Amino acid sequence: MIHLRKKLKPGDALFQGIIYVLFGLFTLSCIYPFYYLFINTISSNDLSAAGDIKFYPQQIHFDNYSKVLRISGLSHAALVSVYRTVAGTFLTVGASAFLGYLFTKKEMWGRQIWYRSVVVTMYFSAGLIPWYITMHNLHLTNNYLAYILPTIITPFNIILVKTFVEAIPPSLEESAAMDGAGVLRSFWSIVVPLTTPILATITIFSAVNQWNSFIDTAFLMTDTKYYTLQFLLWRYLNESSSLAALIRSSPDMAASVQNMQTPTSVRMTVTMIVVLPILIVYPFFQRFFVKGIMIGAVKG
Amino acid sequence: MGVPSGELLRGVEPVRPSRRKLQNKYKLFLLALPFLAVTFVFYYLPVSGWIYAFYDFIPGIPLSETPYVGLKWFRTLVANPTQTGEVLRVLKNTVAMSSLGLATSVFPVIFAILLTEIRAGWYRKFVQTLTTIPNFISWILVYALAFSLFSVDNGVVNHILVQLGVVSEEFNFLASSSHVWLTMIAWYWWKSLGWGAILYLAAIAGIDQELYEAAEVDGASRFRKIWHITVPGIIPTFFVLLLLSIGNFVNNGMEQYFAFQNAMNKDAIEVLDLYVYNIAFANNFPFATAVSMLKSVVSVILLFAANTLSKVVRDESII
Repeated sequence: MIHLRKKLKPGDALFQGIIYVLFGLFTLSCIYPFYYLFINTISSNDLSAAGDIKFYPQQIHFDNYSKVLRISGLSHAALVSVYRTVAGTFLTVGASAFLGYLFTKKEMWGRQIWYRSVVVTMYFSAGLIPWYITMHNLHLTNNYLAYILPTIITPFNIILVKTFVEAIPPSLEESAAMDGAGVLRSFWSIVVPLTTPILATITIFSAVNQWNSFIDTAFLMTDTKYYTLQFLLWRYLNESSSLAALIRSSPDMAASVQNMQTPTSVRMTVTMIVVLPILIVYPFFQRFFVKGIMIGAVKG
Repeated sequence: MGVPSGELLRGVEPVRPSRRKLQNKYKLFLLALPFLAVTFVFYYLPVSGWIYAFYDFIPGIPLSETPYVGLKWFRTLVANPTQTGEVLRVLKNTVAMSSLGLATSVFPVIFAILLTEIRAGWYRKFVQTLTTIPNFISWILVYALAFSLFSVDNGVVNHILVQLGVVSEEFNFLASSSHVWLTMIAWYWWKSLGWGAILYLAAIAGIDQELYEAAEVDGASRFRKIWHITVPGIIPTFFVLLLLSIGNFVNNGMEQYFAFQNAMNKDAIEVLDLYVYNIAFANNFPFATAVSMLKSVVSVILLFAANTLSKVVRDESII
């Protein structure tokens, strides 16, 4: 960790060289797949179906995107994905912040028991079938609420908020209490503004989780109107028949022959559409969640 | 972090009217109650579903109208040789992949140590930023990427290998069962290595810089500094994470294997979680419940064992 500038010994220079190359290669392997996918979706579909696009796009066109986005099931699935991401994240962050804050209140009746009973849920689960049967009995199959209700309490988020709030000087809240602020008031005016870094972290975790969720759709939803983008993508990857039907039913707008949709082009385009929101949002939030996880790691 | 430490004020109980405190006691609980109810409904209530393991339950028929069969479904595990063989195969896969995961859990440690050795700050940042991206995409997306890179018809990897003359015929990476344990662990680390290293980078950042300066003065080489300062500095973090992963030994999760499973590699890829899913989808609810019950029991035992181990070894409990 010492980075004093001084002359490198030959052995050190070799060592530096090796780790630069190793990290370079691994980093490349982490981003090349995304790049590869992107250049294939904007290149001639014939060339990409033949595997001829490797390092740079050829015969650029954007027909894939305009056509795939026009598939009706797909745009509806995108809406469902956006809905669950926005609503789910909003509820999860609100609940984590509020409950995490309440758990810092030593005078709460039975605080230790309640807190432990929430944390313990990180370590056990009833299993897939009991969970499914419960969700079924609660009428949460084929129901939009199934996407947002179960995530409200995420123990890890609550631990993060609790440890963060405990580091805030109690005097701040005391003085607010003197001025007559109740629990809700001091939560909103003192705790929320001071915990923004950790709330930002929870926001991105929760949003990514919601966007990526897939198993709940596979299990709970039989009606196509509840399908999410992830679920459709999985179906397109696995069932060539659903993909063929998709290509047949897509509105064919007098495209030149080399831009005809192929199974490969549809698969790649859908993948790109699902991955894009994450790639776009990622740079803006990167510093928040690195900071957030570090706070959690050092304190936790 | 922007929040000043409250250490000085800790322990100084401010004088407050006690009536207010009493009021707060139940008011605070009532405010938390809706969230505790949600916790109960989605985490504790499903445990009541374990009862289905003791009935010949068929989806669609109410439990009260199905016969009680006692331990029948648990006995099936050992009574029928074919069934036992299946379970053993699945157990073998589970243990193999979890063991590979445990054995390679030093990867993020090595990654973090080597990354801090890089002198150019911008390059460190660049590597750290880009290698965490895969952590944020779903396993379905990972599979979609794998599919476009490695498939037989148009995957770029096969094309390059054939053109270079490394292989004469395209190799079906995704449908082969012979290397599936290794490819699964490789994808796992591709996705989580950069992210996993962040915790260790935080731990390394927390090491007192004066230790390095003192070692420098004493003429310690780069490797001696790593071995005597950095490694001891992050070992506590490593142990906590290792013990936690022991508790999860039988829970490999299923999304990864679910995404990558196909008819060709099913034998080698089916871990317990995926097995439960597959038998559940074949509508054998009671048996799937019985298997996941056993799985939960084993997990809890392992967690307590790891916790005891942690108490003995490090005098610190993890739960």
